[in-house]
Amino acid sequence: MRRLVLLAALALAVPAQAATLYDDLGGEPVMRRVVEEATKNFLADKRIAVTFGETAIPRFKQLLFEQLCNVSGGPCTYTGRDMAKSHTALKITDAHFSALVEDLQDAMDKEKIAFTTQNRLLAILAPMRRDIVTR
Amino acid sequence: MRYIALGCALAAALVVQSPVAAEQSAPPAADPKTSVAADSTIAPIDRFDSGKLLATGGVSTVEGSGGGGIATWALITSYGSRDAIGANAHATYITLPDFELRSYGAAIGVFDRVELSFARQEFDTGNTGARLGLGKGFTFKQDVVGAKVRVLGDAIYEQDRWLPQISIGAQWKRNNQEAIVKAVGAKDNSGVDYYIAASKLFLDSSFLLNTTIRFTEANQMGLLGFGGNKNDGYHATFEGSLAALLSRNLAVGVELRTQNDHLQFAKQERWMDVFVAYFPTKNVSFTAAFVDLGTIALQQRQRGGYFSLQVGF
Repeated sequence: MRRLVLLAALALAVPAQAATLYDDLGGEPVMRRVVEEATKNFLADKRIAVTFGETAIPRFKQLLFEQLCNVSGGPCTYTGRDMAKSHTALKITDAHFSALVEDLQDAMDKEKIAFTTQNRLLAILAPMRRDIVTR
Repeated sequence: MRYIALGCALAAALVVQSPVAAEQSAPPAADPKTSVAADSTIAPIDRFDSGKLLATGGVSTVEGSGGGGIATWALITSYGSRDAIGANAHATYITLPDFELRSYGAAIGVFDRVELSFARQEFDTGNTGARLGLGKGFTFKQDVVGAKVRVLGDAIYEQDRWLPQISIGAQWKRNNQEAIVKAVGAKDNSGVDYYIAASKLFLDSSFLLNTTIRFTEANQMGLLGFGGNKNDGYHATFEGSLAALLSRNLAVGVELRTQNDHLQFAKQERWMDVFVAYFPTKNVSFTAAFVDLGTIALQQRQRGGYFSLQVGF
C-alpha cells in the first residue's frame, strides 16, 4: 500500500518536472539555429540540393522548425502538408533521406547537442522515411 | 570455386525475385495536386552511393559476413543503399596465448538486400603445433563463402516498431586439413552453416542489439572440421551482440557465441569479446577487442587481442 502511494506520488510529480525532448535540444533559440544551419547544409549538399529547386526557403525553414518543435514535445503546431504529399514529386531515395539525416546531424553537432539527445529526435523522425522515400 | 559459383547463382536468383526490382519497375503514381515539381527537382540515383548512415554497415566478422567481430548481424554489409551496391574488404588478426587466427576477405552488399562474402581463415598453431604433434607453424586454412538475404524489417529506420530487421544466410566452409580434422574425430572437412539473424537499433537509447541462431555442424567455426565422434549433426548455436553508440563514429560492445561440442578429444567453449569500433569515415573502420575463445584443442584460456581493419564504401 505504501508502495502504491509512492507510485501515485511519483506519477503526479514527474509530469510537472520532466523536461521535454524539445527542452533537452535547447528549445526555440537552439532549434531555430539548427534549422538555419541544416537548411544551409541541404542546399550545399550536391546529393540533395536539386530537390530544393522549387522550394520557398523561408517558408521551408519555418515549417521544419514547427515540425521539429512539434514532434519533440515543444509548444508548436505543424502547419505544413503531410510528409507523403510534400515529397511525392521529389522521388526521394533511401540515400537522399540518409543525406538529409547527415546534414541535420551536422547542424546539431554544430549546436553542441549531445549525441544521445540527437538520437532521441532522430528516432522520432526516422519512421517518416516510409512516407518520404518513394523511389 | 564450386561454392563461389553456387553463392553467385543463389544471389542472382534472389535478386531477380527481390521486391526491390518490382518497386523500381512500378513507380508510385504521382498525386496530381502535388506533382507540380518538374524533373529538375529530382535528384539522380547514384549506384555507388554509400547511402547508409555511418557505422550502419557494421564491420566484418572473422567469417567474412557483415556483423560484429564474431557474431553475424542481420544488417547487409557495406554502405550501399537500397538502390546501390557497396563493397568492402577486411583483414583481421587475433593473437592468443597458443595460437593466431588471421582472416581476410571481401564482401558486397547489393541493394541492401543481398550480401555475398568470402573469407580465408588461417588458424596458425605456431609453437603449439609442435606440442600437438602437428609440426611447428602448422596452419589450418579454411575458406568461407557466405550469402545473406534481408527478409524483412529495417533495423535503422523503423523506430516506431518492435520488429527487428531479419535476415537469413548460409556459409559454405571448406577446411584444407581433411586428414587432420578427421584424425581428431570430425566427420568432414567441409560443411554449410545456416542462420537466421535479427538486428535492431534502439535509436532513442543509442544501442544496437543483434541475435543470431546458427544451425551448424562446425567445430570451432569449422577450423577443427564438421561433425564428430562425441556428437554429430546439426545443432543450434547462439550469437549475440550488444553495442552502445557513443558518437557517430564510435561504438563499444560485447559479443557472445556458443559452440558445438562434437569432439571427444577436446571440449569447445563459448566465445566472447568486448570491442571498440571506430569509423572515421565510411571508407575505413578499425575494430579492437579483447577476446576470450575459451579452450581450443586442449589449450586452455585462449584470451587475447583482436584487431580488424575494414575498407570499403
